[in-house]
Amino acid sequence: MLRQVSTRTTSPAVRGSRPGGGRAAPRRAFRGLPGWLFAAPSIIILIVFIVYPITQSLWYSLHDWRIGAESQIWLGLDNYQRLLGDELFWNALRVTLLFSLVSVVLQIGIGYWAATALMRETWFNRVFRSIFFFPTIVALATIGLVWRFLLDARIGFVGGVVQLFGGDPVEFLQDPSLALSTVIFVSVWKTVGYAMVILLAGIKGVPDSLYEAARLDGANARQLNWHVTLPSIRPTLLFVTMILTINSLQVFDLVYVMTNGGPLFATDTLVTMMYREGFTNFNLGYASAIAWVLFVIIMLLSALQLRLFRYQDVD
Amino acid sequence: MSTKFHVSLKWVLLGIGVLAALIPFIWMIAGSFRSEADLFAAPERLLPTTWTLDGYISIWQELPFLRLLLNSFIFAGVTTVLCLLFDSMCAYALARIQFRGSNVLFWLVIATLMVPFQVTLIPVFIELFHFGWLDTYQGLIIPRATSAFGIFMLRQFFISIPRELDEAARIDGAGHLRIYWTIILPLAKPALATLAVLHFMNLWNDLLWPLIVTSSTEMRTLPAGLTLFGGQHVTDHAVLLAGATISLLPLALAFFFAQKYFVAGIATTGLK
Repeated sequence: MLRQVSTRTTSPAVRGSRPGGGRAAPRRAFRGLPGWLFAAPSIIILIVFIVYPITQSLWYSLHDWRIGAESQIWLGLDNYQRLLGDELFWNALRVTLLFSLVSVVLQIGIGYWAATALMRETWFNRVFRSIFFFPTIVALATIGLVWRFLLDARIGFVGGVVQLFGGDPVEFLQDPSLALSTVIFVSVWKTVGYAMVILLAGIKGVPDSLYEAARLDGANARQLNWHVTLPSIRPTLLFVTMILTINSLQVFDLVYVMTNGGPLFATDTLVTMMYREGFTNFNLGYASAIAWVLFVIIMLLSALQLRLFRYQDVD
Repeated sequence: MSTKFHVSLKWVLLGIGVLAALIPFIWMIAGSFRSEADLFAAPERLLPTTWTLDGYISIWQELPFLRLLLNSFIFAGVTTVLCLLFDSMCAYALARIQFRGSNVLFWLVIATLMVPFQVTLIPVFIELFHFGWLDTYQGLIIPRATSAFGIFMLRQFFISIPRELDEAARIDGAGHLRIYWTIILPLAKPALATLAVLHFMNLWNDLLWPLIVTSSTEMRTLPAGLTLFGGQHVTDHAVLLAGATISLLPLALAFFFAQKYFVAGIATTGLK
């Protein structure tokens, strides 16, 4: 209440002077100015580098866009039609969806297990948690580089250990049938700690009374897990699933560093394909069409996930 | 019996997990002190047979490493500072100043929050081309100098600060600039620290953005530079591993001393 009175725009004195005419108008315009001035740097950057580009991206995707050309060739929906007939696009879509599905399921599954295993607040558990979380802060480019060397058949530690036990070193990243699984493994390795930390926060928020009530009803550990913990942390599960899915659909760094989409496009994702089309082949219109497909997929999946979780709430 | 088995299975699995989490880093750091011959002769060894500093010596000759390091600090450092300044100013306007259009601005911020960065990449690249900003610091920094998420987070924080503090200052004749700078910002230090850690980490680690904006070797940041050199013929793995180790060092140190800011920042926003 107090704040209403003392805020200048709503003070009775100003209201009263309004019919007085002439002088009130410039004053009021001036009164909005501090707000706009404070917001200006951010708002200008957001408009110039996000809002306008997103409309431009759609516009480019309807053209054969050449950088710096006098006039651009209008294609209508041709770029999108070309996508539908492009085997590499279907391949990239399949790889992206497979990568996302498998890595998100594993990240959440293992992360949940680790969260419940390390739930108690002992110093030992805290050290374990920090170690699992650490890869989250490391650049994907660094992680990709180190794993590429680790898995190298000639110098890698993994191959070395395999040879030690009499096996033949495996070309994890050169074999088209292994490359995608390998990249998924590294992605899971990096992100499991993140899922663990978020899920742990959710699990800690479940009231003890729920467990006590269930225990009185004779529930065992497994039942507690399925019927108390999991339903109670549904909002957290939704949050972490959304973040991880959106993230993995945009995977670029790891693939670019480890395989650059190869071998034989076995790990080529939508963003690496977009990067190749846009910044290597300079098919900017075509690359923009890929970007928009990605945008629509991300929007649809987010909406779908929200819905799925809400439907379960109703049950 | 069966619970005992379960408990020991749990610790065996956790032990394997910790080894799997640590070995790549140990191997990376040890590898940076290792000669190429040693690496080929005994790939099964986690640690070098003989330790050498060659990787750390020749990295300055084989790569423009000082420049990469400097660029990374300029890009991540300046952008983080600008981001905190602009985000907090905008958040102050949205949380503390009543003005016409503030609702529209708020929804604009929320809407941009949902746009995947990759979708704007090509148009932004063309914009930068027309501005003449490709391969420059302003091209790297300005487009990233605000974040919708930062504005949103700080606005929520500013709203929770009691209004009576502003009122008292206003009675003393303070304007918005003074209230923002001497009252709101000092109170928002924990939120700003969390945001700073998050921004710095994401920018320091970013690969795709510097890869697209820069084209000359002198303008590359560490991740972009190491990736491109790693993609070419690697003459010495130790050089690249030394580069990776050095590029990890600032974040690892910060993580060691300020883990809670990392966890808080990453947990509330998600990953990059």
